Amino acid sequence: MDTLMDISSAVFLLIGSFLCVSGGVGLLRFPDFYTRMHAVGVTETLATVMILIGLMLQNPEGLVLLKLIIILIMTLFISPTASHALASAAVHNNLLPVLDKKEATEKEASSNP
Amino acid sequence: MLIAATLAILVVMIMAIIRAISGPTLYDRILAVNMFGTKTVLLISLLGFLMGRPEFLDIAIVYALINFISVIGVLHYSDSSIFKRSDEQKK
Amino acid sequence: MVATAIAIVKMKDLFAIIMLLGIYSLLSACFFVAMDAVDVAFTEAAVGAGISTLLMLVAITMTGRVENPSRHKPALALFVVVVTGSLLIYGTLDMPYFGLAQDPVHLHVAPRYINDSMQEIGVPNIVTSVLASYRAFDTFGEVVVIFTAGMGVLALLSVVRHPKDVAIDNSKIDAFNKCMHEEHLILRIVAKVLIPFILLFALYVQFHGDYGPGGGFQAGVIFAAAIILYTMLFGMNTARRVINQSATQLFAAVGVLLYGSVGVISLLEGKNFLDYSALSADPIAGQHLGILLIELGVGITVTAVMVIIFFNFAGRRNDQQNKENNDL
Repeated sequence: MDTLMDISSAVFLLIGSFLCVSGGVGLLRFPDFYTRMHAVGVTETLATVMILIGLMLQNPEGLVLLKLIIILIMTLFISPTASHALASAAVHNNLLPVLDKKEATEKEASSNP
Repeated sequence: MLIAATLAILVVMIMAIIRAISGPTLYDRILAVNMFGTKTVLLISLLGFLMGRPEFLDIAIVYALINFISVIGVLHYSDSSIFKRSDEQKK
Repeated sequence: MVATAIAIVKMKDLFAIIMLLGIYSLLSACFFVAMDAVDVAFTEAAVGAGISTLLMLVAITMTGRVENPSRHKPALALFVVVVTGSLLIYGTLDMPYFGLAQDPVHLHVAPRYINDSMQEIGVPNIVTSVLASYRAFDTFGEVVVIFTAGMGVLALLSVVRHPKDVAIDNSKIDAFNKCMHEEHLILRIVAKVLIPFILLFALYVQFHGDYGPGGGFQAGVIFAAAIILYTMLFGMNTARRVINQSATQLFAAVGVLLYGSVGVISLLEGKNFLDYSALSADPIAGQHLGILLIELGVGITVTAVMVIIFFNFAGRRNDQQNKENNDL
């Protein structure tokens, strides 16, 4: 029972860190704000949930378990709301997404004399 | 396993700093700071478990709330007409 | 951290600088956690990344967004700074190394606090016992400084509101609220769920300061952050109706008064100022009561002063924007 919980906690932590790193790589490599936002917003919440479940399975006592559940519920409320607020503020302030890579390079070529 | 997860989160935080320093528009930077904040919450919880001090979870809760309030604050005040005016002056 | 600091100095765009300052203070909080200093990390996370960022943002909405280019080469200033810095470093060469076990700090003062704190005061968190009981006079000074800062902001920035300005606009305020409700719907609903939780958590931090990290300062900052969130999402006018300005100013004074009166009561009982064993028959119960009351005073004052500062900064900006909208 103990080793089962240990192994499952390790699996959850591993999945969580992999998601986290892939979100970070997406933040650096994607071409446009909205695509980066998508990468970060999706992976951030899920990585947090996975890592917190992994920590919960490490056998803590009562109050610590309650605090971890509180952080989990709060993150589920807060993280998507923050992504929504950021994206709607960007749209509201006329930040246009890059729709087509070919279109972007054509525009650059035509604007340079 | 905890140590591996902590190292992964540190790597992601460095990536977020790189995006915050470069990052052509304002919203890239706000996104990077938001992500940095969420990773700090995870880092503090992991460090707490690594060092055997579960009291750090209080800091993690506070930090998650403060991160949310900061991002909402930044978005609210970035709509100000002063910013729009200085952008037009720059053009 | 060094990279962030260099980037802060070099960049000219003030908004980006504020973001980088937020990251800098988060990095400091992480370092404090790594060094096992829990209360300091708590305060740094709450104040540095939260309230400081918000207040500076409101300030730069009133100044420009880009830093003005400097008009002269600061050679003389650089020379003075380098000379002073090297003199200070030369002065510290005589001091003992940081953290050695034979330092005078570690030989006389620290062992007494660490060994005797449990018997003399009975509070498990040594930081709270040092802050609130052994060095209560310093903490009193800190609270008075915070109060003075709030008074300074009030003296410089407050705008006198005529009663006729306030009374007219209730219907306009309601209409404005309805249309803003559509725009910010999701945020408002999530905030309505979260704000009671944040207030409750602030109360938990305030009273749990004896047993874990926490105490008056951190609790005051979290309470003020919840009120600021409400103000940002629901508009200044609604917030002014909910939170009465003169009541807030009264609360700021009440906190300091509470702290001072605990000290004066000890004086009246014939012991030293802020000596808590005069408060009850059993000295340890006296210490508990004393620490409870002064932490309450600290929390009330910090909350009230932060709310006053924010309302004055943001109120100025609100009036400026209203004037611009009327001019346009």
